[in-house]
Amino acid sequence: MELVEAIILAVLAASTPLLIAATGELVTERSGVLNLGVEGMMIVGAACGFAGAWLTGSILIGALFGIVAGTLMSLVFALMALGLAVNQVATGLALTILGIGLSGLIGAGFVGERITPAVHLYIPGLTDMPLIGRVLFGEDGFVYFSIALIIGVWWFLYRTRAGLILRACGDNHVSAHALGYPVLRIRTFSVMFGGACAGLAGAYLPLAYTPFFIPGMTAGRGWIALALVVFASWRPGRLVVGAYLFGAVTILQLHAQGWGVGIPSQFMSALPYLATVIVLVLLSRARTGGSTAPAALGTVFVPDR
Amino acid sequence: MQLVLEKRAERSNTIALVSPLIAIGLTIVTMIILFAILGKNPLLALHAYFVAPLTDGYSLQEIAVKATPLVMIAIGLSLCYLANAWNIGAEGQFLIGAVAGSWIAVKTQGTDAGAWVLPAMLVLAAAAGALYALIPAICKVKFGASEILTSLMLVYVADLFLDYLVRGPWRDPHGFNFPTTAEFDPVATVPLLIEGGRLHLGSIIALLVVAAAAILLGRTIKGFEIRVVGAAPRAARFGGFNANQLIILTFAVSGALAGLAGIIEVAGPVGHLQPGISPGYGFTAIIVAFLGRLNPLGILIAGLFLALTFIGGEQAQIAMKIPLDVTKVFQGILLFYVLACDSLILYRFKLVFPNRQVARGTG
Repeated sequence: MELVEAIILAVLAASTPLLIAATGELVTERSGVLNLGVEGMMIVGAACGFAGAWLTGSILIGALFGIVAGTLMSLVFALMALGLAVNQVATGLALTILGIGLSGLIGAGFVGERITPAVHLYIPGLTDMPLIGRVLFGEDGFVYFSIALIIGVWWFLYRTRAGLILRACGDNHVSAHALGYPVLRIRTFSVMFGGACAGLAGAYLPLAYTPFFIPGMTAGRGWIALALVVFASWRPGRLVVGAYLFGAVTILQLHAQGWGVGIPSQFMSALPYLATVIVLVLLSRARTGGSTAPAALGTVFVPDR
Repeated sequence: MQLVLEKRAERSNTIALVSPLIAIGLTIVTMIILFAILGKNPLLALHAYFVAPLTDGYSLQEIAVKATPLVMIAIGLSLCYLANAWNIGAEGQFLIGAVAGSWIAVKTQGTDAGAWVLPAMLVLAAAAGALYALIPAICKVKFGASEILTSLMLVYVADLFLDYLVRGPWRDPHGFNFPTTAEFDPVATVPLLIEGGRLHLGSIIALLVVAAAAILLGRTIKGFEIRVVGAAPRAARFGGFNANQLIILTFAVSGALAGLAGIIEVAGPVGHLQPGISPGYGFTAIIVAFLGRLNPLGILIAGLFLALTFIGGEQAQIAMKIPLDVTKVFQGILLFYVLACDSLILYRFKLVFPNRQVARGTG
C-alpha cells in the first residue's frame, strides 16, 4: 500500500510541470498562436526560479522569478511573431535555442547549490489518513495551484465572454478583426499567459521536484507539453488526463529501472519520448474526419487597418 | 505609438541581400551590451570571437572542420523548409548516422578489412539517417501527426540509443570504463587533406553537397516543385505537384545528409563513437539554414560564420573566461534578428501615433 501511495505521489509530482506548461500553451494556441518555444521559456524559468529562491530563501519569490522570466521570453516571441509577422515555427525554435543558452548563462553560478524545496501541506488527521491522505492533503502548493489553474482556464474559455472572444481569434482572425476585436492584443496576452505558465512550470523543477539546478534539466518537457495540447484536442479536460498519463509513464519507467527489469535503462528512459510519438500518431489518425485544432493556428495575421 | 506593418507591393530584392548583414550587425551590438553586463571588455571579446580565429592556420582549418557538418545538415534542412516540411530532428538523424556507420567500424576492428570500409560506413550512415528521418515524414503523410514534435522526440531517443551502445555492447574493453568505442582503424577513418593538419575529406564532400543542391534547386524540375509547394501551396496543387511526396523526399534527403555528417564527424575529427559527439550541430544548422536564406551558397557562407562563432567562443573562454553558453545566446539572438530582418523583405515597418492617425482618417 505504501508503494502505491508513493507511486501516486511521484506521478502527481512528475505531471505537474507538464500540466502547468501545457495549460499555458493551450490558451496560447486557442488564440491562434503556435509558440514552439515552451522548452526555452521553461528552462529560463527553471534557472531564474532557482536563482530567485537561492538569493531570497523564498520558494514563492523563486516561483515569481520563474513566472516573470517566462513572461519576458514570451514577450520577445510576441514582438517577433505578432508584431513583425515572422513565421511562428521559426520564431519558436529561435526562442528555444536562445532559452537554452540564457539558462546556462544564468544558472552557471548556481550549479551545485541546494535549496530547501517547497513545503508540503500538512493537516493533522487528514494528511495522516492511509493511502489517500498524503495524495489529497500532503502535496506542495504547485500541485494544488496547477489544478486550480486548469479549472480556471476551463471556466474562462467556455463560460466567459472574454474566453469566447479569445477562441474566436483562434478560429477566424479575419472575422474577429472585422467585429472590432483587437486580435493582436488578445493574442499578445495569450502568449504572455503561456509564457508565465511555462516559466512557472520550469521553476517547479528546481523548487519542488529536485532541490537543485542542472543545465538542461527540463529534458524535453516543454516539447512534451506541446504534444499534450495536441493530445488533448485543445480541450482542458483531456489535458488533465493526458498530463497525468504522461507523468505515469515517466514514473513507471523510473520504477522499472529500480526493480532491475532486465532492460537497459536507456531504453526505459526513451519511453516517454516514444510514447509521445505513438500517441501523436494514434490521435492524429483517429481524427481524420476533421481537425479539432483552432482553425487559424499558426497563421500570420497582419491587420489591414 | 504603435508599430504597424505595411505590405510591400513586391518583395524587396535589395533587402533580401542585405538583411543577413543587418542581422549580424544588430547581433554584434547586442553582444557588446551582453559582454559589458558580464564585465568583460567588449572590444577584446569581439576580437577573440571574430578576429583571433582568422589569424592562424590551425584555427582556420578548425573553422572548416566545424562548418562541414553544419553546412551539410543545413543544406538538407533548407530543402525541407523550402517545401514547408519542418524537420527539426536533424540532431537525431546525425546521431543515428554516426551510430550506423560506427557499427561497421566496430565490427571490422582489428580485422584485415580493406579500403571498402569507409565508403560502406558513409553509405550506411546516409541510409540510416534517411530512414530515421522517414519516421516523422511518414507519420505526417499517413496519419497527419505533427512532424515538428515527432522529429524532435526522436532526437532524445537517438541520444539514449547511442549512450546505451557506448556504455554497453560497444564499449572499448581497454578504455578504463569510459563510455567510448575503441579508436577506429585507419581504414575506417576519414583521410586528412593536409598531413598533420585538421582539414579532412569531409569538407570536400560538403562542398559537393552545396554544388549539388544549387543545381537541384536552380536547374531541375524537382527543385522547382520544392520551391513552389512551399511558397504557393495552392498553385502547386493546381500544377499537380504532390506535396506529400515532396515531404517524404525532402525528409529523406535531409536525413541522409545529417547521417552522413554524423559519420564524417565520428570517423574524422573525433575518431571514435562517444556521447556528446555533437555540440548541437543539428540545432545550430537550423540557424545556418535561415541565415543563409535557404540558399545553398548562402548556407555555405552562413555555416562558415557560425563555425567561426564556435571556435571564437572556445578561444574567448580560454583567453577571457567568457562562458561557452554565450555562444549559444549569440546564436539564438542571431536567429531572432535574421527572422526579424526577413520580415522587412515583405513588409515596411511604420510607427503610427494613434491620435494623429484619427485626425488623418485611415490611410
